[in-house]
Parts: sequence; C-alpha cells; structure tokens
Amino acid sequence: MNFAHLVTARRNPKGWHWTDIAAYAYLLLGVLLMFGPVLWLILSSFKTQASLLEFPPSLLPMSQKEITVPGYPQPLPLFTVTMEDGTTRELAQVRRVGIQAQMIDPANSGRQLRVPIDKRVPVRQFALATENYTEPLERFAFPQFLANSVFVTVVATLITLLINSMAAYALSIYEFKGKNAAMLMVIGTLMIPITIILVPVYLVVTKLGLVNSLWAVILPGAATPTGVFLLRQYMLTLPRDLIEAARMDKASEWQIYWRIVMPLTLPALAVLTIFSIMWRWNEFLWPLAVLTKTESYTLQIGLNAFQGELQTQWQYLLAMTVMTLTPVAIVFVFLQRFITTGIANTGMK
Amino acid sequence: MTGLQRLIGERRMPYVFLLPNLVFFGLFVFVPIAINFVYSVTGGPALFPSERPYVAADQYSYLFDCGSYVDPNTCREDHFWRGVYNTLFFSLFQVLAMVGLSLLTAVVLNMKIRGRGFFRAVYFFPVLLSPVVVALIWKWILQRDGLLNAAITGFGGDRILFLTEPGWAMFWAIFVSVWAHMGFYTLILLAGLQAIPSDIYEAAEMDATPRWRVFWRLTLPLLWPNLIVVIVLSLIRAVQTFDEVFVLTGGGPGTSTLMVVQYIYETAFSNQVQNFGLAAAASVVLGIVLFALTLAQLAFTQRKSS
Amino acid sequence: MAELKLIDIKKSYGAATIIHGVDLAIADGEFVVFVGPSGCGKSTLLRIIAGLEQVSGGEIRIDGQSVTNVAASDRGLAMVFQSYALYPHMSVYKNMAFALENMSLNRTEIDQRVRRAAQMLQLTDYLDRKPKALSGGQRQRVAIGRAIVRDPKIFLFDEPLSNLDAELRVATRKELAALHGEIGGTMIYVTHDQVEAMTLADRIVVLRAGRIEQVGTPLEVYNHPANLFVAGFIGSPRMNLLPARLAGSGQVVIGNDTRPISVPSTGQAASGGNITLGARPEHIDVVDENQADLTITVNLVEQLGGETYLYGSAPGLPELTVRQDGQARYDRNHRVGLRLKREALHLFDADGNAIRIR
Repeated sequence: MNFAHLVTARRNPKGWHWTDIAAYAYLLLGVLLMFGPVLWLILSSFKTQASLLEFPPSLLPMSQKEITVPGYPQPLPLFTVTMEDGTTRELAQVRRVGIQAQMIDPANSGRQLRVPIDKRVPVRQFALATENYTEPLERFAFPQFLANSVFVTVVATLITLLINSMAAYALSIYEFKGKNAAMLMVIGTLMIPITIILVPVYLVVTKLGLVNSLWAVILPGAATPTGVFLLRQYMLTLPRDLIEAARMDKASEWQIYWRIVMPLTLPALAVLTIFSIMWRWNEFLWPLAVLTKTESYTLQIGLNAFQGELQTQWQYLLAMTVMTLTPVAIVFVFLQRFITTGIANTGMK
Repeated sequence: MTGLQRLIGERRMPYVFLLPNLVFFGLFVFVPIAINFVYSVTGGPALFPSERPYVAADQYSYLFDCGSYVDPNTCREDHFWRGVYNTLFFSLFQVLAMVGLSLLTAVVLNMKIRGRGFFRAVYFFPVLLSPVVVALIWKWILQRDGLLNAAITGFGGDRILFLTEPGWAMFWAIFVSVWAHMGFYTLILLAGLQAIPSDIYEAAEMDATPRWRVFWRLTLPLLWPNLIVVIVLSLIRAVQTFDEVFVLTGGGPGTSTLMVVQYIYETAFSNQVQNFGLAAAASVVLGIVLFALTLAQLAFTQRKSS
Repeated sequence: MAELKLIDIKKSYGAATIIHGVDLAIADGEFVVFVGPSGCGKSTLLRIIAGLEQVSGGEIRIDGQSVTNVAASDRGLAMVFQSYALYPHMSVYKNMAFALENMSLNRTEIDQRVRRAAQMLQLTDYLDRKPKALSGGQRQRVAIGRAIVRDPKIFLFDEPLSNLDAELRVATRKELAALHGEIGGTMIYVTHDQVEAMTLADRIVVLRAGRIEQVGTPLEVYNHPANLFVAGFIGSPRMNLLPARLAGSGQVVIGNDTRPISVPSTGQAASGGNITLGARPEHIDVVDENQADLTITVNLVEQLGGETYLYGSAPGLPELTVRQDGQARYDRNHRVGLRLKREALHLFDADGNAIRIR
C-alpha cells in the first residue's frame, strides 16, 4: 500500500467529514513529534565532532571531502573556489595563511594558487562517522556497562519468572489457610514503590553485603506484585480438570506446576518476560542509589555519568544513547502487537 | 521437590510455592517499611538503626518548620518545600496535558482510520525507552545549538536557553514526560473505547445524532471508568517523577525543577552529609500521599469491576 | 483390580449437605454405574472416591485398606474426566506416558504400555498428534487410554460420553462395554443417561439428593423399582404413574373409576389407602372398551416404524403413554380402551415405597 493510498483511502463510504481530515493531520503531526526526535538522535550520532558543533546543524551527517594529491603525504581538504574571473574550480587546500589559502589543483599538482579564504566553500559529502560507535567501545567502560545491563536483565527476569509463577500457582490453584492474607500482602506491595523505601532497602542490601554488586540491583525488584497478578489471573482460567487429571496421574504438586501449569501459562509468561526486560533494562533510580563504583554501572547509570563528564563529547554520548535504545527498539518492532495487547489487557506497564 | 512433598505432605505445598516470593517481599518491602519509620524518628549520620539516637518527631518538625507554608524561602528545609511545590505544579499540568492528549489520541485512533496499528505503535513506542535515553534525546534537541534553536533562528527569532531558564525548564520537563508516557495511557483509553459496543454508535447514527453529541453523551460517560483510572494512575506516577527530569535538567536551573523524589535521593545519597533520617521522614510524607491516591484508584477500579 | 467399600460417606460444604451417609460395597471387577438427575451428588461421590474431594465423615476402603486420608495421587486410581482433561501441550503419546513417568517406570516399559493401549484403542496412528488435532471421539479414546496404561486399581469415569454426538456415543458405549470385557477392571461410571446405565452396568446405583435410592442389576432396577423415584427415573419413556386406591385385598381402583383391578397381592397396605399404580408403556394393551380397565382419548400418535406410541388422557388422570409393537393406526381424539398387564404392575404406598405384589 503506498502512502498516498494510505492517506486518501477511507473506510467510511459517505465521504469526507472535516473531523477525518483533522484526524489525519493530527496523526501525521504525531508521527513527526514522536519519531522525529529519535530520528534526529540517530542522524546526529553519525556526525563527526566538528559537524556536531556547526550551527545551524545539517540534516544529514556530512563531512568535508578529502583528496590525495601526488607529492603530499596527507589527504588534502577539497574546496569549491570562485576565481577572480567568476568561474568556479575545485581545489585542494595545502595550508591556510591568515586570510589567504594556498591551494592546488589536484589534476595539475605543479602550480600553487593563493585564494582569499572567503572565496572558497568546502565540498561536502554524506559520510557516517562510525568511529562514534567504535571508539567508546574501546576507550570507555562501555562494554562493561553493556555486560552489566545484560546480566542484570537476564538474571533478574529469570528469578522474577520463577518466583512469581510459583506464588501465582499457589494463589490460583490451591485453597489454603492464609491465602487471603497472602493476597493482601501482594496487593499491599503494589502500593509501595521503591521510591519511598529507598533508604531502608539500601540498609537491607548493605546488611546482606551486596552494595556495589549487581545482585543489589537484581534482588529487591525480583518479586513483583504485577507479575504475580498477571500470572495468577491467567492460571485461574486453566481448567481445574487438568490439575486433577495430573493428580490422578500421580504427579506431585511440583510436577503439576512445572510440567502442566507452566507450559500452559506460556502466553502470560511471555508478557511478563517482556515487561521484566523493559523494567530491568531501563531501571534508573535504584541502581543510581546502590551502584557507586564505575565497574558495576549499568548502561543507564553509565550513560547518565557520561552526560555529566563528557560535556563536549556529544558524539560519543549520542552514539551510546543509540546503542542503549537499540535492544528495546528491536524488541518493540518484533513484539509490538504482543506488548500493546498485553498492556491493554492488564492496564500495567 | 517431589521428595519435599513426601516429607511435608501435599497440603503444605502451597506454602512452599509461596515462600520465595514472600521472602523477597518481606526482605525488600515490609522490613524496609518498618525500618523507614525507625529512620524517620532517629538522627545522626549512621546507617545502622542501632547506632542512631532516638529524636522523636524532630525530623518531621524540621521538615515542617516554616514561617509560611506558601513561601519555601521561609522554611528551614527550603529544598523540600521547593520540591513539594515543583512536584505539585508539575503533576497538575502534566496530568492535565497527559489525560487531554491521550484522550484525544485514543479517540482519533478509534475512528475509522487507515493504518491504525502503525499510528498506535508510533504513539506507544517512547513508552519503552528508558528515562535516561528520553532525557538525552530531548537534551540534544533543546541545547543551545540544537535543532529547535536552529529552527527558531531560521525563522528569524533569537536563541532560547531552554534548559537554563526556569520557566522553560519546567515547561520542557512536563513536555518530555508527557511525550514519553502518553502512549501508555492512550492504549488504556483505546482499549476502553473499543470495549464500547458498536451497536450503541449505530443506534445513535440511526437517530441522526451529531458527532459532538455522540462524544459527550455516549463516548465520554461510557469511557469514564477508564478515564478515572488514567487520571489517578498518571497522578501517582507524576508525584513520583524523578529520572527524566533529573537527567534533563538536574533539578535546575537552581532548584526550579527539583522534585520531591530527587530531594529524597540527594538528601540520602548524594549530599556531603548523608541525612538518612530526613530522607526517611520525607519518604513517609510522600508515602502517605501515594497511599491515599492508590486507595482512591482501588476504590474506583473496584466500583468499575462490580 | 480391587474392591471398594464406602462406609457412611458424608460431604457438606458449610451448611449445605451434598452426601448424606452413603454405604456401598463394590466387588472386584464389577462395573458399577452411578445414575441420577443433576445435583444428586453422583459426581461428588466419584470425586470423593478419587480423592479429589475430602469427606466430611465416613470411611473409604480399597481392598480393605482405609484410604480416607490418602491423597488422590497415592490411591492408585485412574479417572476419565467429562472434559477429558487432556494436557493440551503434550502429544497423545506424552499424555499417556505422563502418569507412567510419574511412577518412575523405565522407558521401554512405558513405551510398551503406551503402544499396547494405543493399539487397543486404535490410536497408533495418532500418537504424535496434539489433542487439538483430534476428533471428539479420538480425544475420548486418549482419555481412556491414559487410564488404561496406568493399570489402576479402579477406573473412574465422570460422564465420559456426554460431549460426544448421539451416534458416536452409542459406538463408544459399545467399545467401553467391550473394553470392560477385555481388561476386566473394577469400574465406576457416573452418568445421568439411564440408557448408558442400563447397557453398561453390572449394577446400577440410583442416587437422589445425596442418598442411594436403589442398588441392583439393571433388570432388577427396571423390573422392581424400589420406589416412585426409581420407577420414574429408570425406563424411557417413563412409567405411567396413576393415582389409585386400595379397595380391599388384591383390589385396586384407578383414579375416580369404580371398576377394581385384581392384583396378585397388595401386601400389608391398608384397604382404602391412597396408593400409586405404575405401568410401563409396553405393559398396556389396546382392547375393546368393554374389556378395558380405562378409556383414554388419543392426543398424539408417534409412529417410529418399528413401534408406535400413543399419548392419551382420561378424566382425573395424568397423560398416559402406551407402546404398541409395529405400525398401529389410531386417530387423534378417538377413544381407545386400555388394559394393564396384571403381571407387570407396580404399586407404591403413600410414602412412595414399592409394595411387593409378586
């Protein structure tokens, strides 16, 4: 479907109402406003340090064309020069002296020309400054941050899936004394964001000897009330007959959980997996409080530290930002429908 | 595990399944809540409660020691009160903008629109971005030589220092926060709109009801339960705002975008003297506000489901 | 294989009592059917035997051993559920092997047992399929196969045919009967369908409101219903139940009529007392009005080809059903004389209990 068709074709057969036009205008503005900034970030991340400092900025990543001229070991920058007779020529600059520049014709390297600097304009070409991406990987602890973030996200998600599904299983399949009290505890936890118990959780983590370890980031958020609710709600829809059939088949309660209920809860587990990955990859306040050594920083904390330290090194900061958002963007592209229906059904994020 | 069941019996197994999650809840939620109260009534720089002297309600009276509550300058802990007022201001306008825009977007997306899935994805995707990434994206656009200033000078205007002028900094804090989260609330409202049976609209069309009247008399009342959830939920989140604003403005210029949570974080962790007692007292105050808001939300959702 | 004994089984949920003290002994290898209207407690009783429900009182013994407090998984019984309860994420093979794996049997033993059961149930070609990809009848057979491979002490069936269409139900019913003949295990089968009960059972247990109304072989229950409830419940179309009165020893008067009918005996019942007279539709003959016990006006005639049903009414009596072999022709609104077969009459006293007349 081409774009014009997308805009002009309508489902309503009765013709255009002004609200339809307004709606499409609003949506297109939305596309610009929502995608524009990210696109701008990505474009900017491929610009050289010099072109990042230009004002007004160019839209696409550009850099000055350089050319190798026989007799000069270094490549020389190329300019378009307006000559005294009004013609224009492309010349390479050998050196600049005050307001004059010594230039040379690449085709005829024998003769040097003197040109006033205001008569020449750089020849620019589209170029991606990929060194913005490769250099931070070598020069900074960025790979360490990346590894830390991956470790936290993977391990925390696995723990969350295991203990949340166990609790949800107990709370959905069984009747037992204290079930209501346990449900109340889960609901109560829902009301207590880490924001307001920052200090005492820090104390608990200190007592456990975990400060500056990644486990200090992983453990406190592992038991999520959201996850328990989500999974319990799903497990409640499983037919009771299945559980009883398994019991008649001499399955132990653990086997019922692991071999019957868990495989059948996969859709809900998938939603929780995505949520957990999002939460953990993006988590900020708690790691900021508990991780104080650079080698234990996660990506988010590392990025925040960089934006304080690397005031003028925007080229690295932008590239690292792009690298940080890429995994999330990939997850989104592949699982968009899944995530949005998951959120719409649960009202949680 | 099967051996464990032999040992303790089938009927005690639910407790085994529940145990790990409850241990985590206990260790990282319930014990901390109790300790938080202990912190808030003790003083000194020590981290361990046993080493902290009891000071009764001193921390609270210090927080609330003001000449006049409407003027933070008259308060002994003026940063806390600036945080309170900034948070109130931020929350009020952020929630208004959030609810208004997500409602508008949801209604538009619920129209007979081509490519609805694409547009829904466009509005939703910033929700997945981390607060740090969101803040850096906008910081880059809003900086002195950024894209926005280029556009302004292109139209002949003067550059504006968006993040270092107090009024602009607060505006962009609100803007960026709405930008990042409105997709989530749009999704909830859209789900609510799609749950309204279409025969109601068809009946209204048979009655030749004008569109604006359909919206005010049918859509809005039927969507009201979802709208309440969105209002309270966005309010709960707004009151806890920290990360995007912290990375975008650092609370500045001065204290003009300092939020309560940033105050708590800095009081406890990043100031020269780590004042755990004062941070805990401020947490308790914030906690009470959040608790009230959550109860309101539960009350509304209960009514919705019954 | 095993025998089962229920002793004064009671079950209540809060104040509501579902089972009021059931005593029952089931012999080794017997096929027993629990039958009754919905809500009679037959499924609850089965689940109590299975161990899926706890009793409120009483004792369950399997082979003389009390299992009242033994968990379902340790009782060694197998159950076929109404919904089949097939594990949707496992293949047919895995479904049948699951229980055997739980019993820690070795692989070759498991494989042998599954393949033998699959062969018996004609499932060999479907072993790799998921339940989703099977027809209703095939799913049913997998559910039965899952029970068979266990070689359980007792098979429990909870309305296993109710999700099948009429034709398949008849076919599967026959297969079940054949299966019992082949493997000969103790089987307990719950149904609300009395045809299933009649055709499958060695003994029928008729339940109502948590109590056993009658236990007996199908023909015992059919020929000698112990009370009005069983009389009305077993047999299709229903037995005609007519209000009547005793006019002296061996003399019964139907409704407001004056002509007494002679019966072999009226037992202990007092003369002049109100009773109920029961006659199955096939035990009524159409005769000339002068030989008739009663005369009806025909409301409806159903021609089934091999047999004919007459529905008619007489003053002061409920509608009567009469079964005639072959294709008898009657017209609506015509009067027809009826004579009851004396040797097949049933009498019930004012409390609804059968009066022994033979």
